[in-house]
Amino acid sequence: MTTVAATAHATHAHHDDRSFIQKYIFSTDHKVIGIQFLFLTLFFLAIGGLLAMQIRWQLAYPGKPMPGGTLLPETMAPGGVLLPEYYLQLVTMHGTFMVFFAIMLLLVGVYANFLIPLKIGAHDMAFPRINMASFWSAFASGAVMLASLFVQDGSSRAGWTMYAPLSARHDYSGADFGQEMWSISIILFGLSSILGSLNYITTVINNRCAGMTWFRMPLSVWALFITAILGLLAVPVLAGAAIMLLFEQILGTHFFDPAAGGQPILWQHLFWFFGHPEVYILILPAMGIVSELVANGSRKPIFGYHSMVFAIAGIAFLGWIVWGHHMFVSGMNPTLGSSFMVSTLLIAVPSAIKVFNWMGTMWRGNLRFHVPMLHGIAFIAMFTIGGLSGIFMAATPVDMFIHDTYFIVAHLHYVLFGGSLFAIFGGIVFWFPKMFGRMMNEGWGKVHFWLTFIFYNGCFFPMHIIGMAGHMRRLYDPTVYDFLKPWQPMNEFISINAFLLYGSQIIFFVNFWWSLFKGKKASENPWEDNGLEWSCPSPAPHGNWETLPTVYRGPYEFSAPGASKDYLPQNLKLPTDRDPVLTPAAGH
Amino acid sequence: MHWWLPPQGSTFAQPIDTMFTWILVITGITFVLVEVGLVWFIFAYRERPGRKAFYTHGSTSAEVIWTAIPAVTMVILGLMSNGLWVKIKGRNSVPANAYPIGVYAKQFEWYFTYPGADGKLGRVSPSLVDKNSNPTGRDPADPAGTDDIIVRNQLHLPVNRPVVAILTAEDVIHSFYVPEFRVRQDVVPGMEIKSWFEATVPGSYEVGCSQLCGLGHYKMRAQVTVHTQADYHAWLQERTAKAQGEPTS
Amino acid sequence: MAGAMSPPFPAERGIEVYNKKLGMWIFLASEVMFFAALIGSYVILRFGATGEWAKPGIVLSIQITAFNTFLLICSSVSMVKAYAAIQDGFPDKMKFWLLMTILGGAAFVGIQIYEYIHLIEHGFVPSGFTEGSHLAELVENGTLPAATMGLYGSTFYTMTGFHGFHVTCGVVSMLYLYLFKALPGKYTPQDFGGIEVVGLYWHFVDLVWIILFTIVYLV
Repeated sequence: MTTVAATAHATHAHHDDRSFIQKYIFSTDHKVIGIQFLFLTLFFLAIGGLLAMQIRWQLAYPGKPMPGGTLLPETMAPGGVLLPEYYLQLVTMHGTFMVFFAIMLLLVGVYANFLIPLKIGAHDMAFPRINMASFWSAFASGAVMLASLFVQDGSSRAGWTMYAPLSARHDYSGADFGQEMWSISIILFGLSSILGSLNYITTVINNRCAGMTWFRMPLSVWALFITAILGLLAVPVLAGAAIMLLFEQILGTHFFDPAAGGQPILWQHLFWFFGHPEVYILILPAMGIVSELVANGSRKPIFGYHSMVFAIAGIAFLGWIVWGHHMFVSGMNPTLGSSFMVSTLLIAVPSAIKVFNWMGTMWRGNLRFHVPMLHGIAFIAMFTIGGLSGIFMAATPVDMFIHDTYFIVAHLHYVLFGGSLFAIFGGIVFWFPKMFGRMMNEGWGKVHFWLTFIFYNGCFFPMHIIGMAGHMRRLYDPTVYDFLKPWQPMNEFISINAFLLYGSQIIFFVNFWWSLFKGKKASENPWEDNGLEWSCPSPAPHGNWETLPTVYRGPYEFSAPGASKDYLPQNLKLPTDRDPVLTPAAGH
Repeated sequence: MHWWLPPQGSTFAQPIDTMFTWILVITGITFVLVEVGLVWFIFAYRERPGRKAFYTHGSTSAEVIWTAIPAVTMVILGLMSNGLWVKIKGRNSVPANAYPIGVYAKQFEWYFTYPGADGKLGRVSPSLVDKNSNPTGRDPADPAGTDDIIVRNQLHLPVNRPVVAILTAEDVIHSFYVPEFRVRQDVVPGMEIKSWFEATVPGSYEVGCSQLCGLGHYKMRAQVTVHTQADYHAWLQERTAKAQGEPTS
Repeated sequence: MAGAMSPPFPAERGIEVYNKKLGMWIFLASEVMFFAALIGSYVILRFGATGEWAKPGIVLSIQITAFNTFLLICSSVSMVKAYAAIQDGFPDKMKFWLLMTILGGAAFVGIQIYEYIHLIEHGFVPSGFTEGSHLAELVENGTLPAATMGLYGSTFYTMTGFHGFHVTCGVVSMLYLYLFKALPGKYTPQDFGGIEVVGLYWHFVDLVWIILFTIVYLV
């Protein structure tokens, strides 16, 4: 229908006359936007971690002044001793920053933006200006959320899950305007996410280069595509819920107010209807990344590529019908508990399929243990633990016991840190050359990896054990309970590992920043990978390629018989390859 | 330090713990297979000069096997779980002879209402709540409630007798949780939820609030005492004599 | 349309739908979920409430809103006519019908705002009803059920408010297109995607209203 005046890509590649502001601040280039997201999210990751350190101090040493605590206002930490008012803000904001602004934006804002056009052979996203709007609304959202810590009485403090009526009324929670700011921030975040999703979906459907059929797309693109669909349909429900909560807070509506006929459990249904697809948004792109890292590190095709695609789709589909497993003891109809249990147990199956296929990829491979591969293997090992612990929760009678204990905290950190964050770290190292034209330091990368791996397990594995002992979540002072007093040494052990874990991240941050300026200059394809992104210069220029590539094979043709090297890029034309049947541009 | 699950204090504990153990065995086997497998692969298939990876895109039979086995396992787990779930939380799970105790949760304390001689609890209504004189909103018009005994933060239970907690909340969502009983139930304002259990071992336990309910969530604790049947009667007599229908600690 | 880049030469066949239109359909899918959350909550709250719900027509004016509904439907018709006009090569007719659509939409919003002011004056607010207002009297004499008025107000204002917000965004978008694309003659029979795409949005907004009108005003 409407053909785009193909704004001469040739000129773009040769002569880029955009101003500094157009190039780096208000850029519509998907790679710049991806990098902007990277800086934004690494910032929030650091903040989220800092909040966690304070939580761990309080749990290990309740009542003792925290180092640096005297910097906090007297109303939050008199003499450096944290108050419940502050502790609950820490707990709430740690979850909020990490889930939304760190992990979700890293996986979707960074990787979807940076990788999709490069890996499908497009110059940019379908809607570059909407892409820019998506970044800046995420930025605004983050600014509001961060600012909420500094207003009167601090931020909201009802947990990142914001259960009503606690979250709806100042007199119940003790927070002031910070509560409303959470809702406002989430609404802005929702806008950013929806704009992003529609861009990614449209781009993947319509902007693939010649030869890039659906089943030649890399798994990272499949994962990001399906994740975008999840986000498109789930995030609006969160936005609706946040609006209802905001109105409850400022207009005195009664959605969740039992005195006026409202239903507190309605909040939970809305939140978790979003919340469960959300956790798959937080893991699927990471799984996609792991497929790239592990195939590359194994020098072997992905084992069971089609099964992997169907597993991603299966997880995404089943993810819509399991939300009630967060609500087994909520007071909802117990019959619903039975149905949600069934669907929840079933969703373990596609995840298991993926783990076995990754192992199949490594089996009889020729394994290279570069830093990205180390992270990929760690993902498989740690996600397995996280996934297996989920089975305990799926069994409703057992969940009755471990719900709202540290067993859950262990589970979620195994999948989000042991899973998603390891994949993210691996991905940053892997695509750093394509982003910045330099390599991160391999030696320090390995040091960072091992320290992180060790302290991460030391911190989170024991949480399974104290959870089994009945240690509840969000407790300002566990020593109030006689049955928890004996577990304080374990809390201390966990906290010490946490401090060392956070400290180890300094190595990553220094490596990252130093390598930006002083890292070894990268070649076009330093990892000897097959993806299309490795067929353009490092760093990738504006417009990616002058002439878009043509694809002749799938993305994982490593160690193919007869090939001179142990990799075979998707766009490399061999004498035996025929050009794809060219179709007219599908009404772009 | 008791490294395993808490001591079993109710009739639910043993079946739940058994379920937990079964799941631990199944997940444990999977865990070992995966982790040992990974370590083995790391060593066996590491890159060495002259080696080449084995080029394959997969195996349909492998896919079928490792789809079917987890799926069947999950179905079995589901069937095992559901039976127990229905017994504990199902519609008709509360035994007919269960001894009713009103559990009223508010920021940040628990009020327990014991039925008097008539064995019945009186009606309560949120509109009748008065912080000092009527913290649970007992309806004076209901004769069944005149002999009720209300105690703050102390739960007294007879051993080996099914008890049904009638849970109501005043303000926000709380959660009634006793680890040794393996009992947990959210208490939701505007809802009256029944949660039954049967204590099996006399002794002292604690109720913890298990749903973030505000600043005092961490100290919303109640003392639980499980008495022999005789001692329980004695305690009840003593309380009845002390104060009729007035809250006491 | 300026801004979207794509290969000018053959590529993979995607869907036989151009990017902007595909993007709009995808966006509308998210809007369906958004309104589903609000409307779903309304249904759950209304049919889960133990008391009676206010009878139709007592608080809200069915006549004025019916007229407003008619207005919105007419504006959807004028939108279709605008689209047909440019498709057939009549840019002037397209401009006329687009303007009619804008005016229809703006009138809808205007009437809704008038209604809101009227309702608030009578004491109907998002939290239910205000003390000492006309509505309070109706509750007093039993014409309106006290127990559910809070929910009635909450759900009414949230659903219709956000619908009104969506209509406003539509009007603003169409005005932008009218002033900067239609009037300067940028639409041709070969290139009128903007009209089609904003038309899709407009029809969606109209459809949501028909649902809201039925389940909020009439039932």
